[in-house]
Amino acid sequence: MTLATTAAATEERGVSLWQDAWRRLQKNRLALLGLGVLLAMTLTALLTPWIAPYSYDAQNLALGATPPSAQHWLGTDTLGRDLLTRILYGSRVSLMVGFVATGVALSIGILYGTIAGYAGGRVDATMMRLVDIMYALPFMIFIILLMVVFGRNIVLLFFAIGAVEWLTMARIVRSQVQTLRQQEFIEAAVSLGLSRWLIVRRHLIPNTLGPVIVYTTLTIPGVILLEAFLSFLGLGIQPPQSSWGSLISAGVETMEEYPWLLLFPGLVLSITLFALNFLGDGLRDALDPRAAKD
Amino acid sequence: MSLLDVQHLTVRFHTRNGVLTAVDDVSFTVDPGETLAIVGESGSGKSVTCYSLLRLIPEPPGRIESGTALFDGVDLLQSPVSALRHIRGNDIAVIFQDPMSCLNPFLTIGEQLMEPLIFHRQLTRPAARNQALALLAEVGIKDPTRRFESYSHEFSGGMRQRVMIAMALIAEPKLLIADEPTTALDVTVQAQILRLIKELQQRRNIAVILISHDLAVVAGVADRIAVMHQGKVVETGATNTIFTGAQHPYTRKLLASIRSGAKQHAVASAPTPRPLLEVKNLTTCFRDYGTPLLATEAERFITAVDNVSLTVNHGEILGLVGESGSGKSSLGRSILQMIPVRSGSVTFAGQQLCGLNAKAIRPLRRRMQMIFQDPYASLNPRMTVFDAIAEPLLFHRLATRSSVEKLVHTLMDEVGLARAYVRKYPHEFSGGQRQRIDIGRAIATRPEFVLADEPVSALDVTIQAQILDLLLDLVARHNLTMLFISHDLSVVRYIADRVMVMHRGKIIESEKTETLWAHPQQPYTQQLLAAIPGADRPQHRPPAGDY
Repeated sequence: MTLATTAAATEERGVSLWQDAWRRLQKNRLALLGLGVLLAMTLTALLTPWIAPYSYDAQNLALGATPPSAQHWLGTDTLGRDLLTRILYGSRVSLMVGFVATGVALSIGILYGTIAGYAGGRVDATMMRLVDIMYALPFMIFIILLMVVFGRNIVLLFFAIGAVEWLTMARIVRSQVQTLRQQEFIEAAVSLGLSRWLIVRRHLIPNTLGPVIVYTTLTIPGVILLEAFLSFLGLGIQPPQSSWGSLISAGVETMEEYPWLLLFPGLVLSITLFALNFLGDGLRDALDPRAAKD
Repeated sequence: MSLLDVQHLTVRFHTRNGVLTAVDDVSFTVDPGETLAIVGESGSGKSVTCYSLLRLIPEPPGRIESGTALFDGVDLLQSPVSALRHIRGNDIAVIFQDPMSCLNPFLTIGEQLMEPLIFHRQLTRPAARNQALALLAEVGIKDPTRRFESYSHEFSGGMRQRVMIAMALIAEPKLLIADEPTTALDVTVQAQILRLIKELQQRRNIAVILISHDLAVVAGVADRIAVMHQGKVVETGATNTIFTGAQHPYTRKLLASIRSGAKQHAVASAPTPRPLLEVKNLTTCFRDYGTPLLATEAERFITAVDNVSLTVNHGEILGLVGESGSGKSSLGRSILQMIPVRSGSVTFAGQQLCGLNAKAIRPLRRRMQMIFQDPYASLNPRMTVFDAIAEPLLFHRLATRSSVEKLVHTLMDEVGLARAYVRKYPHEFSGGQRQRIDIGRAIATRPEFVLADEPVSALDVTIQAQILDLLLDLVARHNLTMLFISHDLSVVRYIADRVMVMHRGKIIESEKTETLWAHPQQPYTQQLLAAIPGADRPQHRPPAGDY
C-alpha cells in the first residue's frame, strides 16, 4: 500500500493519537527493527520449553566449561549446562521482570505524579513528602521486609521492584504536569467545562509521554539487572533456575578463564537495550505530532 | 552617499520540503540619520532581510544567494565572519521584540551594561559604571543608581526595552535595527518607546531600520517606508507618500486594515436592555509571596480586581480596555469562576455563580465560553482540529460519536477553516488559523456568552481585521453576548458597542463606544486615546476598491 492511500484512508475515519502514532512509527525503520527484536525475544521466551535444545538444569560435570561448539552453540558453563538453554530460560524471567515491574512502576508513577501535580497545594505537598519518605527508606530493607512478610515469590519480586521504581517516575511526571497545567490549553479545557478526569486523561497525560518513554527505556534494563542483584542475595529466583542477570554475575566471576559465559548473556542484554532505545526514541517522536513528519 | 545600500538581496531556505525564497531580489537604502520602516506581515521576509545583512540567519538551511549590501562602503555579504563580528558589535546594533529573553536573568542590569564597556572599550570599573549610569539616564530610566542593582525580572516590559536600547547604544552604532520593538508593549508604553527611539536618533544621528507589522506604529516615526510582501519589496516611499498615495494593492490593503473608524453596524440599543450577566462588587486578590514574614493580612494580598460592578446585556459586545496589570484578564477569569473570587457576586442568566463548586458549575460552562489570546498555547499540541472541536460537543452530550463529524464540519465552515484540515495538528497552522480553531471550539457548544481575552493581540494587523470580522459575524448570527478584553483601543472601537476602561483594578469609565471616543471624561482615558499609534499620522483617504 502506498503512502498516499494510507493518508487518504486515515483522512476518512477518526484517528486517535495512538493510531496516528502507530502510523508514524511505521515510517521509522530503526524503531520497527527494535520492536521486531523485542517481539522475537518475547516469542522465543514463551516457546522456550519447546525449542530449548537441553534442559536448563541438566548437568554434565564431565564436560565442564567448554567453548561454543556444534553440540553447544554458545558453549557450556562450569557445571556443563548448555548456555543457550540457560539464556533462553533466563529470558523468561528477565523479560517478565523487566516488563511487569516497569509496567507497575509506570502505572503507579504516572497516576500518582499526575494527581499530585494537577491538584497542587497541600495534596501535592503531602503526596510528595510521602515519596520523599519512601526514597529515604533503604530500598533493600523494604524488599527484604516484603519477602519476610509475604514469603519468597517471583510475582512479589515484580511488584517489589515496581513499587520502588515508581518513585522517580512520579517525580518526573509531576514536574511535567506542573509546567503543563500553567499552559493555556489546560485553562481552555477547564473553561469548556470538561471534567477533571477527562482533562487529566486527554490533556495532561499524553503531553507527559515524551520524558516518560525515555525514562521507561532506561528503567527496563535497570530492573533486569536489579533482579540479578536480588537473586544474588537469595531473594529472587534460585539456582538451578536462571536469569540474564544471574548469568551475567556468574559470568563476571569466571571472566578470565571462560569469557563466553559473560560475553553471550551480556550480548543478549545489550541487544535488548538497543532495541528498547530505538523503540523508545521512535515512540517519543511518533507520539509528538510536532516532530518532523518524514 | 547612503549608509547602507542593499541591492538585489535574495535569501533562500533549503529545507527538506523544498526551497523557500524568503527574500526575493530586495533593494533598499538607508541614509545616515534616517529612519526606514520595513513593514509586512509575519513571513513576509522583513526580519530575514535584516538578519541576513548581519549573517544572523541559520546557515544552512538558509543561504544568501545573491546581492550586495554596502555598509559604509564595505560589502557585508562578502566580509569574513571576523570582520562582520566587529561590525555587529560596533557599527550596527539590534534590539529585539522580546527584551526578557535577551537579558541574562542572573545578572543585574548594571552588571550587564558594564560588561561590554569593560571588555570591549577597556574602561575601568568606575568609569564603566558612570558610563552605564549615564546611558540608563539617557534612555529614560528614573533613578538609575537604584535600578542599577536590579535584575531584569524586576523591570516592566517597557523598562526592559529601554535597557535593551541602552545596551544597543553602548557601542555608539551608526545603524540601529529595531525588530518589532514595541509589539509586546502597552499602547502608552509603545508611544514612549517610539518617542525615545526618535529622540535618540536625532540626538546621536543614528540611522534606524524599524521592522513592524503595523503601518500605524511606524507612521509617526519613519521617514520612509518599505512595504514587504512574500519576500519582495512591493513599494517604497516617503511616509507621507505611502499614506496618501499608495500605489500597490497590498499597501492599500495594509492601510485599510488600520482601524480608524467606528463599529460599522452598532447594535441598535434595545428599548429595554435585558441583562445577561450581572457583576456586583466583585473583588479578587492574589497571594503575594514576596511579602515579609510579619506583613499584615492586607499586605499579603494584591488586589487585582477591586470592587467592580458591571452589567452585560443580551446581544451586546462590551469592550474592556486597560493596560497590562490593570486587572482586566483577572476580571474576566473571575467572572467565569476560573480563579477564586474574594467577594461579590456574579449572576449569569439569573443564576448565581459565586460559591458554586467545580462540579455544579460545569453544566453552566457550556453556556459561557472563552477565547484565548495566545493561539499557540491554547490548543493541545497532541489533539487534531477534529478532536479539539469535538471534545466539548461529546462531553456535554451535544452530539453522538456518529453525528459529531458533521457538526465539526459545520463549525469549521462557520469559522472559515477548510474541511480538509480536520485531521491536522495545531502546529501545522498559522496564528490566524489557530485562532479560528480556538473560536470554533468556543462556539461549538452554542454558548450564550463568550469572553474574548485579547483574541487578536498575537496576530498581524491584516489577520486581526479578518478575525474581528469573523467575531462580529458570529455574534450577529448566533445572537452572542461578548465581553471583549483588549489593550488595543482601536480594536475595541472597531468591535464594541460599549466600552469600560479599567485602571488599577477599578472600572474608571464606562460609556457607549463613540461617546467615549468623542468625550473621554477621565484623564487616564484621554491619555490612552492620545497614545494610539498613528493618531498623528498623515490623513489618508480610503482608496476605492474592494480589499
